[in-house]
Amino acid sequence: MSAALLLLAALAVLSALAALPLGVMRVLGALGLAALCFAIARHALGDAAALLAALLLGAAALRLAPPRVLRRIAFLIPSFALLVTVTTALMYLAPGSPFAQERALAPSVEAALRERYGVPESAFAFFQSYAERLLVAGDLGPALKVQGRTVAELLAPALPVSLALGGSALLLALGLGVALGVRAGLRPNSAVDHASMGLALLGISLPNFVIGAALVIVFALRLGWLPVAGWGGFASVVLPSVTLALPYAAVIARLARAGTVEAMRQDFVRTARAKGLPERTVVWKHALRPALMPVVSYLGPAAAGILTGSFVVETLFGVPGMGQWFVKGAINRDYPVVLGTALFYFALVSLFNLAVDLAYAWLDPRTEQEAA
Amino acid sequence: MSFREPASAAGARSEPQMNAVVGRGPWILAWRRLRKNRAALAGGVLLLAIVGACLLLPALLALDAHATAPVLRHTPPSPGHWLGTDALGRDLLARVLVGGRTSLAVGLAATLASVLIGVVWGGAAGLLGGAADEALMRIVDFLYGVPYMFLVILVMLLFADTARGEALPVFVALGLVQWLTMARIVRGQVLALRGSDFVLAARAVGASGPRILFRHLLPNCLGPIVVYATLTVPSVIILESYLSFLGLGVELSWGQLVAEGVAVVNPIQSRWWLLAFPSAFLGATLLALNFLGDGLRDALDPSG
Repeated sequence: MSAALLLLAALAVLSALAALPLGVMRVLGALGLAALCFAIARHALGDAAALLAALLLGAAALRLAPPRVLRRIAFLIPSFALLVTVTTALMYLAPGSPFAQERALAPSVEAALRERYGVPESAFAFFQSYAERLLVAGDLGPALKVQGRTVAELLAPALPVSLALGGSALLLALGLGVALGVRAGLRPNSAVDHASMGLALLGISLPNFVIGAALVIVFALRLGWLPVAGWGGFASVVLPSVTLALPYAAVIARLARAGTVEAMRQDFVRTARAKGLPERTVVWKHALRPALMPVVSYLGPAAAGILTGSFVVETLFGVPGMGQWFVKGAINRDYPVVLGTALFYFALVSLFNLAVDLAYAWLDPRTEQEAA
Repeated sequence: MSFREPASAAGARSEPQMNAVVGRGPWILAWRRLRKNRAALAGGVLLLAIVGACLLLPALLALDAHATAPVLRHTPPSPGHWLGTDALGRDLLARVLVGGRTSLAVGLAATLASVLIGVVWGGAAGLLGGAADEALMRIVDFLYGVPYMFLVILVMLLFADTARGEALPVFVALGLVQWLTMARIVRGQVLALRGSDFVLAARAVGASGPRILFRHLLPNCLGPIVVYATLTVPSVIILESYLSFLGLGVELSWGQLVAEGVAVVNPIQSRWWLLAFPSAFLGATLLALNFLGDGLRDALDPSG
């Protein structure tokens, strides 16, 4: 019951925030950024230096950052709180307990275990103690099902692996997708167009683990160029990141093609051609920027999707990333592990969305004027 | 959306006689455009063929997806078993066809759920406007930021008491994460239409909020809803296959069969049929749905 209440309260807070005017949101955003900076930096720098750095960063953000970005930051802190609440509430609503075993535990034993690991019976109490531990000590808590390890110890080696895999996949998807899509869009209905769009349609019509298995069969088993699975060294990164990237490269290619076709029809392209600019300049300097706007706004969802896909790709290729811990944690009801991975994934996607917003404001100044 | 093409212009071209301005509904115009799109039609026909095969063939050929035959383990495709058999000697053709029913049902049911939630949520946001709109869309934004596999797995935990491989948890979980884009699309459409004259007229004669939403606004949003729903089915089927791959999916679906096929990939013995045939069925269905969805989009939104 307390789980459902927790959920409703968090939703109410997030919705209430939506009613605030933009000016207030900007200030809240700067404050939020300062608070986040303080919370993270104090463990590294100490309280005084962290406070100074946080204030400087907040002031700089208020002066320099576009309102759209500040507003997103203002939503960030309640969003993190909401993420923890939603996850806690769902885990507590789900049947099963982290301490369930084949033989029923004596109530006193279970109570002792709950006490020792900081997992009280009620969702609300758990949320309270988790938030307190996280904010005051920066501690993600102990893993319940991996003896003697903390969540931080489990995730620390996995984070760089997931970052490397996701980052290389995103870059690959972007490069491949834009190259194919723009080429196709410059010559609509040509052979190049039909070939690359057919390929793209195939890319979104197969689950990525099928593509991955096919790549393994060809490049690892038949040709022996690349390792079948595992992690370590450049060669082992290639197949997982290509597998992860291909479906997103396909979507990006479709978006880039549509954008290019649209941009090449615009008056300013005709003007550029009319004044005698070489075609290369017309495309690169004039058409490309508006053509790729849809791609830029797709990057946020693409990042979230690539992280989702990485659950599967990590399993397929035996990559020691964070996805495995989330899946294991969820199945084992290992609450702190699930929350820890959720926080990391959400932070990654949020950071990335912020970067996309900044890029968008830089690419298309008009969006800022509308927001202000 | 240019739904209201001047009927007179279309009529004048084909029917020269006077006073015979035949109004053509937007759906008829869309159907005409769709009929000219060969890729979309091929997709539609292929889809019908696959659905028909999955529904009818197992009964017609008296196939049993569960009958095991230890002697016939891992037989390659042969006259007795057209697509070969799996590790327990079960006929792969039967399993692919019966599994197709599951995958298609998951795709349909989860899409239906996502349409329902998305239309109500997005419609409410667009119609109410102001702070309510902001609040509803903030929640959508928040959910967008969470990798959806997360939510799917967490929601599926709620059904942990039901047996592994049951379909219901997967329906619910996939439906619950797929409605976000639908809500955004419907909200955008409703916002754009809200200020139009016919809504003003309905309001002036005293129509209630829900009546305006369901009688006036939603019928005009139907085009984008249909298009996006068609494109949601393949993404739901793919998501289900991810879940199957992680061991959380529905019992006997294409996703599960493909995952089994991937699991037997090894350097020593090739059991290619276990991977190739389920993947081919899955891929063909998704390809058909994507072709059809793209064709519908072009047919219903000729401006885009």
